[in-house]
Amino acid sequence: MINIYEVTETNQMITQENLDVRTITLGISLLDCIDSDLNKLNEKIYNKITTVAKDLVSTGQAIEHEFGIPIVNKRISITPISIIGAAACKTSDDFVTIAETLDRAAKTVGVNFIGGYSALVSKGMTPAEENMIRSIPKALAVTERVCSSVNVGSTKTGINMDAVKLCGEIIKEAAEATKERDSLGCAKLVIFCNAPDDNPFMAGAFLGVTEADAVINVGVSGPGVVKHAIEQVRGKGFEELCETIKKTAFKITRVGQLVAGEASKRLGIPFGIIDLSLAPTPAIGDSIAEILEEIGLEKVGAPGTTAALAMLNDQVKKGGVMASSYVGGLSGAFIPVSEDQGMIDAVTVGALTLEKLEAMTCVCSVGLDMIAIPGKTKATTISGIIADEMAIGMVNQKTTAVRLIPVIGKDVGEIAEFGGLLGYAPIIPVNEFDCSAFINRKGRIPAPIHSFKN
Amino acid sequence: MKKCIITVVGKDTVGIIAKVCTYLAENKINILDISQTIVQGYFNMMMITDMAQTEKEFGDVFDELEQLGNEIGVTIRCQRAEIFEKMHRL
Repeated sequence: MINIYEVTETNQMITQENLDVRTITLGISLLDCIDSDLNKLNEKIYNKITTVAKDLVSTGQAIEHEFGIPIVNKRISITPISIIGAAACKTSDDFVTIAETLDRAAKTVGVNFIGGYSALVSKGMTPAEENMIRSIPKALAVTERVCSSVNVGSTKTGINMDAVKLCGEIIKEAAEATKERDSLGCAKLVIFCNAPDDNPFMAGAFLGVTEADAVINVGVSGPGVVKHAIEQVRGKGFEELCETIKKTAFKITRVGQLVAGEASKRLGIPFGIIDLSLAPTPAIGDSIAEILEEIGLEKVGAPGTTAALAMLNDQVKKGGVMASSYVGGLSGAFIPVSEDQGMIDAVTVGALTLEKLEAMTCVCSVGLDMIAIPGKTKATTISGIIADEMAIGMVNQKTTAVRLIPVIGKDVGEIAEFGGLLGYAPIIPVNEFDCSAFINRKGRIPAPIHSFKN
Repeated sequence: MKKCIITVVGKDTVGIIAKVCTYLAENKINILDISQTIVQGYFNMMMITDMAQTEKEFGDVFDELEQLGNEIGVTIRCQRAEIFEKMHRL
């Protein structure tokens, strides 16, 4: 039978170490909404989302209450809109009407984000997909809760450099369109390589076309719990350190599995996956950076950071995999700068640079995440950074992503404020040497060879 | 059986167990096990209970116990047992 020490341990994780379930994300397929009439399409989308997700928030709250575990976000992911809108949307503005419908549906059902205003163009773009991508800046400016993503590369197809070039421009436009809010629009836009179909985490969530009609995906969290656990093995060897991380990850993930199972049962919607990612928040003690520092780094970014992160990420997966019946999504440690107080501090004191962050993304998902850069950064430079990150994902057969915020009107040393879970970020310097001749080439980078690994 | 774990944490004072048990008895909630420790002057109690007989909704019992805790000056949490079983048992 359960004893008092186990109960106390669990409750201490919840009340003092920020253990929570980060998100229950309900994936909804919109494939059956496709219509060549734009008004009908919008109506069908609104009706389907508000019908399937009508009990999502109340069910999440009931589970939260009964088990005493906070479920921070209830969210929705949908089939990429570039596919759903292709028959009806003749212009970019047509696509924006869908974004407005999604925003309205999200508000009706009470979710804080809806993801899937997305295009998958890893090999080529249809005219509809290009229109959709060009609509992203306006769509993010006129809506509040819609999140967007573009998949521009994969290990199997290579990198669509035309899309990479376009996305650099789109990020700049999205920044301009929301410049009075520190370019907040860019915080809701992710550029991916190898984007997963079942990711529950925003802003990159969408429901792939290989998925069922509706599915529950859950993202767990708990950097604070991991940090607290490894404080107990300070000075000990790697064996003990790794065992401690694995056991802690197991416990965290079991809570996610429980919540996912309950949500699935109560909503009558099949359970998809648990995403094992360690996701920080700006709250003190809920930081990946603090874990790395506890492992033995003075500041994140110091030599040893990439190795420590690789080890952390791997142990979290090893512990988490056994705790869940199905694992998927991104499943790695997130290192979003603005959402992690330790990362913010490391950037502020100059310990952590864009180049070191890029190196860190080689060993963990999800990529260059929530990084504020000077507003004057050229679109081609942003495309260059995207191309680098996509190449890491393509060659290493992993998901990588870029969520950069060129903060219009601000420069290195200033602070961008996004508010809430998105946090704030000191603006980081960007290498200003030009790469436009590289970015302006047409076509795509071929898929890499899958043998002769070195 | 609907197993729930009730935990009470706070400054030790007279009658904490009595008040919690009275509430549980009034609401037909059966106590299966009680364990209690005092850590640095702080009262720490865990009860394993069965809520199968109670006519009240889960959520209401949770809220009322929280309210009772506020009256006594301790923190009372009531959680379904599965969260602990899942986390600590294979």
